[in-house]
Amino acid sequence: MTIAEQVGAPRIVPGRGIPYPSGDPSLPPAGEQQWRRQLVQCALDAVTTAVEHPTIFEAGVVHA
Amino acid sequence: MRVLHYVNQFYAGLGGEDSAGIGPRMLEGTVGPGRLLAQLLGAEHEIVATLVCGDDHAASNATAAQELLEMARDAGAEVLVAGPAFGSGRYGLACARLVAAAQSAGLPALASMHPDNPGISDAGEAPVIASGATAREMRPSVQRLAAAVVKVAAGEELTPADGKVTPAARIGQLVTQRSAARAVELVLRRLGGDREATEVPVGGFGVVEPAAPIDKAASVTVALVTEGAVVPAGNPDRLESARATRWLRYPIDGVDSLASGEWESVAGGFATTAANADPNRLVPLDAARTLEREGTIGRLHEEFLVTVGNGTPVATARRFGVEWAAELRKAGVQAAILTAT
Repeated sequence: MTIAEQVGAPRIVPGRGIPYPSGDPSLPPAGEQQWRRQLVQCALDAVTTAVEHPTIFEAGVVHA
Repeated sequence: MRVLHYVNQFYAGLGGEDSAGIGPRMLEGTVGPGRLLAQLLGAEHEIVATLVCGDDHAASNATAAQELLEMARDAGAEVLVAGPAFGSGRYGLACARLVAAAQSAGLPALASMHPDNPGISDAGEAPVIASGATAREMRPSVQRLAAAVVKVAAGEELTPADGKVTPAARIGQLVTQRSAARAVELVLRRLGGDREATEVPVGGFGVVEPAAPIDKAASVTVALVTEGAVVPAGNPDRLESARATRWLRYPIDGVDSLASGEWESVAGGFATTAANADPNRLVPLDAARTLEREGTIGRLHEEFLVTVGNGTPVATARRFGVEWAAELRKAGVQAAILTAT
């Protein structure tokens, strides 16, 4: 169970490392831009989705 | 004695969340829980008026408590009573700030809320009487509060026996076994299936009820908030790098991206090299701005809110959360993206 789930955050978009929740320094610049856009898009999908308990939304995955 | 009673918009019967933005006002006589309180106070004390403020307004306006206090004074208050706020964060903050202001101005005041209410630390010198966690415990909570009001009115000091919330006491205790033996004992109990045994109980995080979803991001204002300690280069407002005592706000209207060299993270709990090379890795402003321009986000809120999560006590963090929610709701924000390290 992730820390975010343990503390009860209702809508969670996992990043790729503690020091860069909305980035990934291992990617080339254009790739990182794309990843960040996917993260924000995923967060927007999350806030338009009803949840009842801590729920993980994976960026880059299409949420119905 | 002339008693004034403070309640939020909900207990005043003025509405729910839709009315949380209303400003300070005074109603004649008693409303809601004030009726029970008046009955329990008996004939010697009269609730002459009820002070009311919307929770969002009270939690996000520094002057609200002072305005309410002036109203109380004008009404000839001799004692001020606030709550019970139960576990409600904004309401608890409002009660605590009001009684703190009253008490420090020389007007005896007391509040009632659950001991875990994040507002409790704002009550200053004023006593807080423990209530139940929810309104289901209204009657016993008001009974305890009424008894405390009578004592305060008589000029008596309140004690934990009256339900007064006090800092947890650390009491020395002699034990027969040394710590190593006790630790092994705990491990053995754990291996035997006991998940509860501990010498150091850790407070829980509580349960957060998820907010209802928004309909469409394209039609609302979205805020960016973070506990990653992103501040202007040089940290002009001296945000702590650990154990935050406050949060800050920075305008981002017209800013397309958080430029390296102009913004930095002062968080003390992780290596900030990557974040300082590109602060959008902590607050995704560039991507959010693009999505706003393309119409996926209706509007980005004009400022981002920031604190540092590193080592910050849960009680403090909960208070920040309550304040942020009130702040954002007041500004018409309907969704927030919180980046966390």
